[in-house]
Amino acid sequence: MAQVLVVTSGKGGVGKTTSTAALGAALAQNGDKVVVIDFDVGLRNLDLVMGAERRVVFDLINVINGVAKLPQALIRDKRLENLNLLPASQTRDKDALTEEGVAKVIDELKTKFDWIICDSPAGIERGATLAMRYADAAIIVTNPEVSSVRDSDRIIGLLDAKTVKAERGERIEKHLLVTRYSPGRAARGEMLTIEDVLEILSTPLLGIIPESEEVLRASNIGSPVTLANSLSSPARAYFDAAARLRGEKVPMVVPSDGRGLLNKLFGRKAA
Amino acid sequence: MTSVVRQRQSLMFRARSYMTFSVMPRPPIAEWLSDLDASVEASRGFFAGYPVVLNLSAVNLSPNGIMQLLADLEERNIRVLGIEGLDPSVSTTGLPPLMRGGRDSQTLVVPEVSGDAVAPVPAVAPAAAAEAPKAAQPASLMIETPVRSGQTIVFIEGDVTVLGSVGSGAEIVAGGSIHIYGTLRGRALAGAAGNAKARIFCHRVEAELLAIDSFYKTADDIDEALRRGPAQAWLEGETLKISALN
Repeated sequence: MAQVLVVTSGKGGVGKTTSTAALGAALAQNGDKVVVIDFDVGLRNLDLVMGAERRVVFDLINVINGVAKLPQALIRDKRLENLNLLPASQTRDKDALTEEGVAKVIDELKTKFDWIICDSPAGIERGATLAMRYADAAIIVTNPEVSSVRDSDRIIGLLDAKTVKAERGERIEKHLLVTRYSPGRAARGEMLTIEDVLEILSTPLLGIIPESEEVLRASNIGSPVTLANSLSSPARAYFDAAARLRGEKVPMVVPSDGRGLLNKLFGRKAA
Repeated sequence: MTSVVRQRQSLMFRARSYMTFSVMPRPPIAEWLSDLDASVEASRGFFAGYPVVLNLSAVNLSPNGIMQLLADLEERNIRVLGIEGLDPSVSTTGLPPLMRGGRDSQTLVVPEVSGDAVAPVPAVAPAAAAEAPKAAQPASLMIETPVRSGQTIVFIEGDVTVLGSVGSGAEIVAGGSIHIYGTLRGRALAGAAGNAKARIFCHRVEAELLAIDSFYKTADDIDEALRRGPAQAWLEGETLKISALN
């Protein structure tokens, strides 16, 4: 059975696109057939993070408008043949998305893939609501800081009200992914702790992604962090989260880059 | 409470709900008017001074026709406070305001007055008759899920109980008291229809705003010692009081 996931947050810049790419690649590395869809029409980014920006011919809007067929718009990843991207249009805006069009595209993708991961734009408007509309489950990406947490709370409310599943009276499954977490800073009270975030959002935790320069490095070379450096701490955290999505029981630990004690102490002081 | 707060409160608008009659004329109007005459014959003061809402959903009248009907009702001592069920395309200039969102309470039967006594029924009588069954079944609303940021729960009819938390940026508005068994991080407005006896209880107070009957305190006015603990809020005169709940 194909699973439709939406990666959402409300707030911008918390790591939705990075997480979509990293989780998509992690699931594909396990052998599942995966497609990631960019719903950020007009401000697309997922193609860059996936390193596919030079191969975009058709996009989601072309498929919705009937200009192109779905297989023509799908871009197969060069490194992982069962990882695919359906890019957004950069020249249009969110009004070009229609509910029926999105439903048709997702229905067709369900026949071809195990995982359909919708990368939501920031905000709570049309793009974001249509990205979540047909989801079976949601990954709520949150940074351990108050504005991000409040926006996530808002998004959780919308997931429980505006999705097809919720309207049918079913429960949409929700997973919390805390990104850019720094255990040292949380301990010093400079950011919310995981306990704080869970207490406010009362949503099950999917994973904790540590703050790491590896994430930015991976984005800049156009590769999901789980492909670029699969031994780095964020990559290991994303692999754990992907395993939990598949239903595996993985103990919740925050991977670190295994620096020596002295390094760690200096690192904390500099942070 | 400081005078600054007082000044702001003098500008606040209060929401109030009232019980009114809604009368629904049916065509033909002349016949309906004579039926009305016949039924209120025995108790001529039934509508006296009592506000009435005119429901026009069963008839199709021009603005002039509505004016005529209003005059006919005025003649019978029926004063129309507002209109509902009017086709939105009809101009309402010069007409009583359009009312929306009314809820039925019960159908009123004009009381039979025995004998030939035509003592007018006091205007309060219908109100009491309409409110009595309401008091018999206290209304309450139970929310079993967390109330998320951006969500508003409005329940003017009575108390609201929330089993989860109320998120920052969420709002609970209740005609009666508010009970929150999780953390209150948003706003709670109790006694919103003018009930000074309403209270707010919460398991953990981190509220943005607490209000009872339009008297309020924002997060800044809540004693830091009370924050993150169980608390209740009530109204003492015009002062909102908050104390720990244990």
